Amino acid sequence: MNAMDTVEVKEGVDQETVDAVKELSGNYKYGWETEIEMDYAPKGVNTDIVRLISSKNNEPEWMTDWRLSAFARWENIEEPTWAMVDYPDIDFQDIYYYARPKSMEEKPKSLDEVDPKLLATYEKLGIPLKEQMILAGVEGAEDVPAEGRKVAVDAVFDSVSVGTTFQKELEKAGVIFCSISEAIEKHPELVKKYLGTVVPPSDNFYATLNSAVFSDGSFVYVPPGVRCPMELSTYFRINAENTGQFERTLIIADKGSYVSYLEGCTAPKRDTAQLHAAVVEIIVEEDAEVKYSTVQNWYPGDEDGNGGIYNFVTKRADCRGDRSKVMWTQVETGSAVTWKYPSCILRGNDSQGEFYSIAIANNMQQADTGTKMVHLGKNTKSRIVSKGISAGKAQNTYRGLVSMHPKAKDSRNYTQCDSLLIGDKCGAHTVPYIEVKNNSSRVEHEATTSKVDDDQLFYCRQRGMDEEEAVALVVNGFCKDVLQALPMEFAMEAQALVAISLEGSVG
Amino acid sequence: MALAKMKADATEARLSGLSLPDGAAWANAARAEAMDRVRRMGLPTKRDEYWKYTDPTTLTAPDAAEAALFHNDEGPLFGAVDRLKIVFVDGVFDADASDDLAGEGVEIARLADAMAADIHWAKDLYGVLEARGQQPVERPLAALNTAMATDGVVIRATGKVGKPINLIYLHKDVSSDAVLHNLVKVEAGAEVTLLETGPAAARFSKQLEVEVADGGAFHHVRAQGRDHERRAVTHCFARIGAASTFKSFTLTFNGVLTRNECVLEIVGDEAIAHVAGACVGDGGDFHHDDTVFITHDAVNCESRQVFKKVLRNGATGVFQGKILVKEGAQKTDGYQISQSLLLDEDSQFLAKPELEIYADDVACSHGSTSGAIDDDALFYLRSRGVHPDEARTLLTLAFLAEALEEIDNEVLADDLRDRLEGWLARHS
Repeated sequence: MNAMDTVEVKEGVDQETVDAVKELSGNYKYGWETEIEMDYAPKGVNTDIVRLISSKNNEPEWMTDWRLSAFARWENIEEPTWAMVDYPDIDFQDIYYYARPKSMEEKPKSLDEVDPKLLATYEKLGIPLKEQMILAGVEGAEDVPAEGRKVAVDAVFDSVSVGTTFQKELEKAGVIFCSISEAIEKHPELVKKYLGTVVPPSDNFYATLNSAVFSDGSFVYVPPGVRCPMELSTYFRINAENTGQFERTLIIADKGSYVSYLEGCTAPKRDTAQLHAAVVEIIVEEDAEVKYSTVQNWYPGDEDGNGGIYNFVTKRADCRGDRSKVMWTQVETGSAVTWKYPSCILRGNDSQGEFYSIAIANNMQQADTGTKMVHLGKNTKSRIVSKGISAGKAQNTYRGLVSMHPKAKDSRNYTQCDSLLIGDKCGAHTVPYIEVKNNSSRVEHEATTSKVDDDQLFYCRQRGMDEEEAVALVVNGFCKDVLQALPMEFAMEAQALVAISLEGSVG
Repeated sequence: MALAKMKADATEARLSGLSLPDGAAWANAARAEAMDRVRRMGLPTKRDEYWKYTDPTTLTAPDAAEAALFHNDEGPLFGAVDRLKIVFVDGVFDADASDDLAGEGVEIARLADAMAADIHWAKDLYGVLEARGQQPVERPLAALNTAMATDGVVIRATGKVGKPINLIYLHKDVSSDAVLHNLVKVEAGAEVTLLETGPAAARFSKQLEVEVADGGAFHHVRAQGRDHERRAVTHCFARIGAASTFKSFTLTFNGVLTRNECVLEIVGDEAIAHVAGACVGDGGDFHHDDTVFITHDAVNCESRQVFKKVLRNGATGVFQGKILVKEGAQKTDGYQISQSLLLDEDSQFLAKPELEIYADDVACSHGSTSGAIDDDALFYLRSRGVHPDEARTLLTLAFLAEALEEIDNEVLADDLRDRLEGWLARHS
C-alpha cells in the first residue's frame, strides 16, 4: 500500500497536488532490469582500476595521469557530512566501478551494429535510438503532429555510451555531440582545454572520485555563432547490480551559440543502494546561452527505505563571457538520497544564471538540493525558484548560496523557495547563504507566497483574480514555461507537477 | 581528524591557565560541568560552520585587546525613566553606584552571593538552559561563560515588577576582560522589564538565562555601546512557558566586534517570542553578528525575528537565524526578516536565514534583502525640498523603524530613536 493513501492532508492543501505526488511516487515505472551479459572490472577502486578504466577507453597518457592525480587526492579526503541527509556508510571498495555490456567490447560503428537488447531497453524507456524514428509524442497522444521535434540522444548504459543519434546532421552544423570517451580520442585539444576547468578534480569528495573513475558521459561543443539545430539529450540507465555510475558531461557553448540539453535517468528496483556520482561542466562563452534540463528519476528505494540510488552530483556552469546565459531546470523525483547543487559562476559582465527546481521526496527519500549563484561580473543577474514537496517520512532541504563579489556592481538576485509538507511525519528545510559584498547590488530572498512581483500581482488582481490565484498564476506561469521546454518523453511527468499548488505552503 | 586534534590542543592550551571560581557545592559542580562541555566541544575557530562569517579569534585569545575609553556629552540612556539601577564597572558589581537590590514584586541578589548560598532557586537555572541550548548547535563560549562567571545578578519576578531593572555596564579600564552571568526567573503570571546599557569592558562575555513560567511576561531592551571599541559575545538562553511572552530588542552602535546569540525554546502552547535588533555600524573594523535560534516545541505559538542593519565605510553585518519547528508543533506562526542597508560599496552583509520544519500545519516565512538607499525615494524627498543628507537620514531611520516597533514601551523606544538620530548626525 502506498504510504500516502492514509495520510491526512491539512486544510488548504490542494488535493490535485496530493494526487500528483501520489501518482508520481506510487509505482516506479522503470524498475525492470535488462538481462544482458556484462563485463565487470574487479570490485573496488585503486590505481589499477583507474588505469584499467583509462585503458578500456583507449585514453592517452595525459588523461590517465589526470585520473591518477585525482585518485591520489581522493584517498586523502573525507566524505562531506554537512548535508541534511542520513544514510549508512558507503563501502567504496564494494562497488563495481566499471560495467560494460559484452556486446560493446568492440565499439559499434553505427547504431545499426548496437546490440538489439540495448536498443530495446531504451525503446522500453521511451527513448528511441533509431534516427529515422522521430519522436511522435507521448503515450496516447496520437494527434501530435507526425514531424514532432528532433532530439539527438546519447544513451549511456552503466559505464559506457551505447550510441549517439543524429551525429551526422549535427556535424553539418558544426556541432560535436558524442560520448566523452570518443571526444578524448577525437578532440583531445578541446577536452584538454576545458575538462576540469569548471569543476576541478580537487572540488569535492565525489567530484574527485568522479575525476578518477568516470567511465563515460557526453561531450558537446557548439562552435561560435551556431544555434544547435536540435535538442541534445543524454539518457542514463543504471542496469547492473552493485555498480556505481560515474559519468562526466562537458558542454562548451562558444561565442554567440545556443544549445538546449536534456538529461534523464532511471534504474532498476533493487534492495541494495547504488551510487551515482556525476560531474557536469558547462562553459558558456560571450553571448552564448545554454539550457540544461534534468528529469531525475532514479529508483528512490522502497517505502521502508531499502535500496535506491545515492545521487551525489556536482553540476556547475561557468559563464565566462559577457552577456552569457545559463538556465538550469530540474525536476527531482527519484533517488533515495540526493545531494546536488547545480551552480552558476557569473564571471562575464551582464551574464545571467537561472535555476528552477521542483524536488519531490516521498516515503524515506532525502533530498538536499539547491544552487549556488556566484556573481563576479558587473551587472549580472540570477534568479532562483525552488519548490520542495515532502510526503511520507521524507526530508527535503533547499540549500543555496548567493554571493555578490565586491566587483559585481549593479547585480541582481531574486530567490524564492517554497516548501510544501504533505503529512506530519516529513520535514522541509531551507538553508540559504546570502553574501553581499557591495551595495549597488540587490539581493532578495523570499520564502513567502505573497511576495511575488507586486506589479504582476497587481495586474492579475486588477483583472479580477483573487490573491492566491494571482500568485499561483505568476509563479506557475514561468515554471510552466520551463517545463514545457522539456522534450516529449519528459513532458508527461513534468506537466503533472505543474498542477502543484502554492496553497498551504510554508516558507 | 587532524583538525579536531589541533582544536583540542588549542582549547587545552587556552584553558590550562584558568581556575574555576569557588562557591557552594552545587555552584562548583555546575561550573565544572560547564568546563567539561567546553573541553568536549573545543573553543570555536573560524573554520567552524557556526562561525563562518565571524572570526572568534579575539574572543578566545588569552588577553583582551585594549579598547579606548569613550566619552561624549550625551546623558545616560533611559535617564528620564524611573528604573532600578544596578551598576557594574568593568564587570564588577558596584554597590555604591547601584540602587538597593529590592523592589515591588521582585527578589534580586548578586550572582556571587547566590552562588555561595546552599539553598537558592538559582540552583535550578544556572547553566541549565545553557546546557540545553548546546543542541543541536554547540556554543562553547556560552559554556565558558557559565564556568568562569563570578558576577552578575539573579532576578526572580514574583508579581508585576514596579519599575524596569536597568543593568548598567560601565567601562573604565582600557584592557578589562569581563565575564557576567545573569539569571531571570519570571514566575507564573509575573511580569518584568530588563534594561541593559553600556559598553561594559574592553572584552565582554555576557550570558542571560531566562525562564518564563506560564502566563509570565519578560521584556528586554538593550543598547550596546556607543562608539566604543569593545568586543562582546553575548548569549541569551530562554525557556518560554504556555501563554507567556518573551520580547527582546537590541540596539547596537558600533563596537569592534559584537556577536549576539539568542536561543529560545518555546515549550508551552500559545506563547509569543519576539527577538529584534537594529544596528548601525561605521568603519572597516565594525563587525556585528546576530545569531538566533528559535525552537517551537508547542502548539499555536508565534515567533518573530526582525533584524535591520545599517552599514557604512566597510562595516560588516551578519545574520544567522533559524526557526526549528519540531514534530507536533502545529499551528506555529514563524516570521523572520533580516535586512541590510549598505550605504557604500565597501560594506557587506552576510546572512544565513534557515528554516527546519517537521510539522505540516504551520506558517513560516523568512525574507532577507540587501541593497543601497532607494534612488527613487531619495529623489522624491529631494523633489520636495529635503536636503540630501537629511533625506538619507530620514530613509535610514525609516528602514530601522520596523525593528524599533518591536519595543512595546514607547518611552524606551523614543529614547533609542533620539540616540539613533544623534549617531546618524555624527556619522553622516
